[in-house]
Amino acid sequence: MDAQNTVAAPAAPPLKASRVRSGRRIADRVLILASTLATLVGILVLGSILMMLIVEGVKGFSPLLFTEPTPGPGSEGGGIANAILGSLVLTFLGILVATPVGVMAGTFLAEYGRNSKIADVIRFLNDILLSAPSILIGLFVYTLMVKPMGSYSGWAGAVALAIIATPVIVRTTEDMLRLVPATLREAGAALGAPPSKVITAITWRGASAGIVTGIILALARIAGETAPLLFTALNNNSWFSPNLMGGIPNLPVMIYQFALSPYSNWQQLAWAGALLITVTILALSIVARFVIKSERAR
Amino acid sequence: MWMRSVGLLASGTAALYDAALEEKTHRMAALTEKIALTRTAAPARRKPGGLGDQIFRAASYASALLVLIVLFGILASIAYGGWPAFAEFGPGFITSSAWNIGQEQYGAFVAIIGTLASAFLALLIGVPLSLGIAVYLTQLCPGWARKPVSMTIELLASVPSIIYGMWGLFIFAPLFARFVQVPVSNVVEGLPIVGTLFYARVPSGVGILTAGIILAIMIVPFVASITRDMLDQIPTVLRESAYGIGCTTWEVVRHVLVPQASVSIIGAIMLGLGRALGETMAVTFVIGNANRLSASVFDPGSTIASRIANEFNEADGMQLHSLMALGCILFVITFIVLIIARLLVRRTKVA
Repeated sequence: MDAQNTVAAPAAPPLKASRVRSGRRIADRVLILASTLATLVGILVLGSILMMLIVEGVKGFSPLLFTEPTPGPGSEGGGIANAILGSLVLTFLGILVATPVGVMAGTFLAEYGRNSKIADVIRFLNDILLSAPSILIGLFVYTLMVKPMGSYSGWAGAVALAIIATPVIVRTTEDMLRLVPATLREAGAALGAPPSKVITAITWRGASAGIVTGIILALARIAGETAPLLFTALNNNSWFSPNLMGGIPNLPVMIYQFALSPYSNWQQLAWAGALLITVTILALSIVARFVIKSERAR
Repeated sequence: MWMRSVGLLASGTAALYDAALEEKTHRMAALTEKIALTRTAAPARRKPGGLGDQIFRAASYASALLVLIVLFGILASIAYGGWPAFAEFGPGFITSSAWNIGQEQYGAFVAIIGTLASAFLALLIGVPLSLGIAVYLTQLCPGWARKPVSMTIELLASVPSIIYGMWGLFIFAPLFARFVQVPVSNVVEGLPIVGTLFYARVPSGVGILTAGIILAIMIVPFVASITRDMLDQIPTVLRESAYGIGCTTWEVVRHVLVPQASVSIIGAIMLGLGRALGETMAVTFVIGNANRLSASVFDPGSTIASRIANEFNEADGMQLHSLMALGCILFVITFIVLIIARLLVRRTKVA
């Protein structure tokens, strides 16, 4: 800084900064810093969760995990084979129920109902059901099935999961069907195809990738659901009976019970189960994302 | 004022879809052709709307109605289960803080306060975090990093809530106890107001604030991704003209973007609130599960959902009815919040 300048304006800030008043500049810097930090926090949390699962989960990994059932309290060893199988059965049954109902309901909203009053109401309530607390769905299925049947059962668990999966499928199906241009439907109708034929052969086929994505998303959503299974499928430390009555072993509830237990081998199994379930779910959501991206880009 | 005069929101995305559909039209043309061929082979023109057609329509209508029935079924079954508790304790059920299994005295007050307090803390922490992420993704992030960063944040939504619970209890709580609860308690001890608000009697790491922090992380992906989509929909011209007259990023965000997207952002926040209120497993792990009303955010408490998860399987008689009644209160609170949220965020994306 030369002497002349100092004499002329002793308090003047350097030329570069004078374009923007310092208060504005500080606010700007703070915003940039804060939002970058917020994003870093988000990334770090996901990283930390994955690290925790890998560090703790890998320790418990062994082939026995996939062959042995969960051990009783205090007994040594064991695996989580029964819980894995139970989870697969419950999730599969849930999706099996939710898919036809969800796709048909989505079809109604996008095709038959489109602008009707009832479709608006159903669309709105479906969106609410989509974010409804899953524990309330557990209470509902408990009242509906467990209490009258007098026992916890895999059926009740599957119904609870189906209720959670359905709104996801309804929503994606409707969104995807709406992307199919109306001209195609008109072309089908002009050829004399009845509405059901137009829907099944034209609109469904056009939107098939999107509908499948919805089903995968629903699968990812229910695979880790714990709260609704607590009062419906519960858990069990042995192989379950094929009629699915009684407590059905499943990964989420197993993780919940074992992680908070005092037995170290139970905790170990909980970590292994947690790693398994999280990796599966993250993989499913990534797959769904890529399917939907390629579909939209087409 | 000039910023508001350009109200062309959301028309950009429609154009995008149109382009995608154009492509699809070509693919579909082959399909319609196939149908046309089979049609001409048919002996006579069938009247559209035969029996099969009507069955299909009825099935789709019935499926849609099922969604409606399930929602009302949930309300009806929980109200039915909780009715004896409401009848027994009357309006006092909501204001009583008793939860005594031996004496059959139950009240919802502690759980309601715990639910509201943890959700409020979640918003207090989660909303600035989400807005920061949305601003970063839309304004600051270099192009190549946008997709991976976006996806990482969205993947936070896929992590099951029980995993958040384990992370909160085994990783976060010990760190939180050691680096926050203990030092803060030492500083504020004996001071008025903050001395009660931030004093941990037992610095174990679990408590209302821990639950709030975990919930905040859980709502971030939802609020951030909706806000990001909303900010993306604002025409670039608006942003560019603001930068053109010499606005800083902060001024663009504060005076151009936020006013344009404010309604949707509030809707997204309400949606996050709906999630936070009903979240069960993560909270059950980290809230400490105590039926105690405490002024300190470091003390354990319980929420409606965590109490139901903890006690329902062993509950009987009036306790069971009271838990159902708690569920009923939760239903009413979350559904009011979600209805407001959905009215504000008109159809964004699957959240």
